[in-house]
Amino acid sequence: MSTPTVPAPAAQQAPERPSAARRLLRDPVAISAAVTLLLWTATVLYSPSFAGWGQVVTLLTVASFLGVIAIGQTLVIIAGGEGIDLSVGATATLSAIIASRFMAGSDEGFLTAVLLALAACCVVGAVNAVGVLVFRVPPLVMTLGMIAVVTGFIRLYTGGRPEGSAAPLLRTLVTGDTVAGIPGVLWLWLGLTVLVIWLLRRSPFGWRLYAVGGNPSTAYLSGVNTSAVKFAAYVLSSLFAGVGGLLLLGYAQNVYTSLGTDYMLNSVAAAVIGGTALIGGVGGYLGTAIGAVLLTVLDTLLRVAQVGGGEWGDAPRQIIYGAVLIIVLTAYGRQRRLRQ
Amino acid sequence: MSTPSRTGPPPPGAPETASGPPPLARAGRALLSARMPTVAVAVLLVATVAASVALQPGFFSPYGLSSSFATFLPLATIAAAQTVIVLGGGIDLSIGAIVTLSSAVSVVLMQGDDARLPLALAAGLATGAACGLLNGLVVAGLRLQPIVATFATGSMFGGAALLVLPKPGGTASPILTETYRMVVLAYIPVPAVLLLLLWLAWRVLRRHRFGQYLYAVGGDAGAAYSSAVPVSAVRVLSYTLGGLIAALAGVALLADSGAGDPTLGTELTLGSIAALVIGGTRLRGGSGGVGGAIIGAIVLSLIQGLVFFAGVPTNAREFVYGCVIIAAIALAGLLTARAAQRPAFQGANR
Repeated sequence: MSTPTVPAPAAQQAPERPSAARRLLRDPVAISAAVTLLLWTATVLYSPSFAGWGQVVTLLTVASFLGVIAIGQTLVIIAGGEGIDLSVGATATLSAIIASRFMAGSDEGFLTAVLLALAACCVVGAVNAVGVLVFRVPPLVMTLGMIAVVTGFIRLYTGGRPEGSAAPLLRTLVTGDTVAGIPGVLWLWLGLTVLVIWLLRRSPFGWRLYAVGGNPSTAYLSGVNTSAVKFAAYVLSSLFAGVGGLLLLGYAQNVYTSLGTDYMLNSVAAAVIGGTALIGGVGGYLGTAIGAVLLTVLDTLLRVAQVGGGEWGDAPRQIIYGAVLIIVLTAYGRQRRLRQ
Repeated sequence: MSTPSRTGPPPPGAPETASGPPPLARAGRALLSARMPTVAVAVLLVATVAASVALQPGFFSPYGLSSSFATFLPLATIAAAQTVIVLGGGIDLSIGAIVTLSSAVSVVLMQGDDARLPLALAAGLATGAACGLLNGLVVAGLRLQPIVATFATGSMFGGAALLVLPKPGGTASPILTETYRMVVLAYIPVPAVLLLLLWLAWRVLRRHRFGQYLYAVGGDAGAAYSSAVPVSAVRVLSYTLGGLIAALAGVALLADSGAGDPTLGTELTLGSIAALVIGGTRLRGGSGGVGGAIIGAIVLSLIQGLVFFAGVPTNAREFVYGCVIIAAIALAGLLTARAAQRPAFQGANR
């Protein structure tokens, strides 16, 4: 909360503003979009079949899970105070496991299952928020601890063997063609993207979120209920993680206990690649969405290029993934110099 | 840490003033002026030890102590490594991967042969220090945000660990595992001695100029920079030192289990952060210490054992453990934050 941040006005008082072209070169969203296109071109050059419509749709479908889970992550990070939600992966798994048990492969309990799953996720978010706001536990630690609680609960709830499977309705929604040959999940992601960008840019909640993230003291003194805003951010984070988990369930049909584990830090990476700074108060969802696509394209490229596989397993892919992440972040994710 | 310091390192354990108040009064004053986190972690330690004695038969027997300390040492060492990094204002999410990578390197070179032990240990420690150096250069040189940067390097180290040792296995040298299980003076297990050495090393480092710099940089990097503290160098060194200590934890893990396991990474990272927070180290840097982190790690390990011995059903164990950890962290957080004012008025003059 007391991270020394440069107040925003200082940047605006700079004697001459950089030209539009230079701003574009420094804009995280533009850079990450360019890197995404670059990586995609590389993938296509490597294996021309990836330029096909079907492959692009599949790629975006896979990216959409990360994208939806990263919505909440972006909100929490923007809300500042070292905000971060590492429990999103576990929460997504929880939602998928509860939903699959109540759906049990039929459409009858669809609504109940979805509502129950999302309600459970909201409880997780509320506990996170209480820990952070009331008990003053650093968000990183609180949400880290919640991973243990949520996975423990999953173990208790399922006895180690998750049951049930996705309802056909959910499956159709996620993988089936709906309008214009695009699966429903992409329409949903598009809708959520527009909704979240509107929420952040045009709604009082979004303004308050940026205010709290930028400077909690100023926000508080301006009459913003900082605790309520942060509480909402954490609950929304778990809620969107739950939605992501449901989509994953629809895609994978069955659940397993490590379904959402990979999304924990990848959602943070997607947000940061998209230009949302971990100090809070800076960034937006469009960048995160592009970041999610970037990470997915990168993963696809490494798979297509058959880095690893065979006797090496996943190892070389992991190494290159990390290296590329650092290179991308070096382009703009750098903190200011001390000598200023 | 053999850099010459201006005053020369004071001998460890030597009293600073020979003619101070009597020891009892000094102890009382120290107790009264103790910070709240110290009290919190002491309460937790007493509570968990008491519960362990009640529930675990033979907790204080030489065998019981030996096996307890054998499980404490790896986690405590990782927590110490993380603490050095966090005190300097960073965080290292790759620390678990460093532990697994360095222990994988050691076990592969060792091949259960005593003659190769020194080489294997040196290679493991060098690997850890090199990983830490890379982290430090990425964070301090490229100025990336530590959380994301070390996540990325963690992916690299984890991949490298899988390359070196594709699946759990390998054999540690017999000398290593046997020494680790030994009991000195009929009662004191070797891991306990090593734990004490770790703490003493930290006390020496804390007195050294680097220790002062570490707190200065973690507390306020800008002010430290203005005071001619080599901020970037201190950051790089703190990550390197953290990597080196993490490699020591890898050796301890190897000695405890007798085999390498490349898949433990994430779990260890989470444990290290939980331990240091329970131990009262501020995650923002500049406040706390390795002593607290060691006790935090002991508390964590004891709770894990307690959940097992309290007869909790197998499927509920993880859940109960998670809830207890959250409660412990919340307690520590509540007591640590007592002194802090409402965030609304904090830093209002900035």
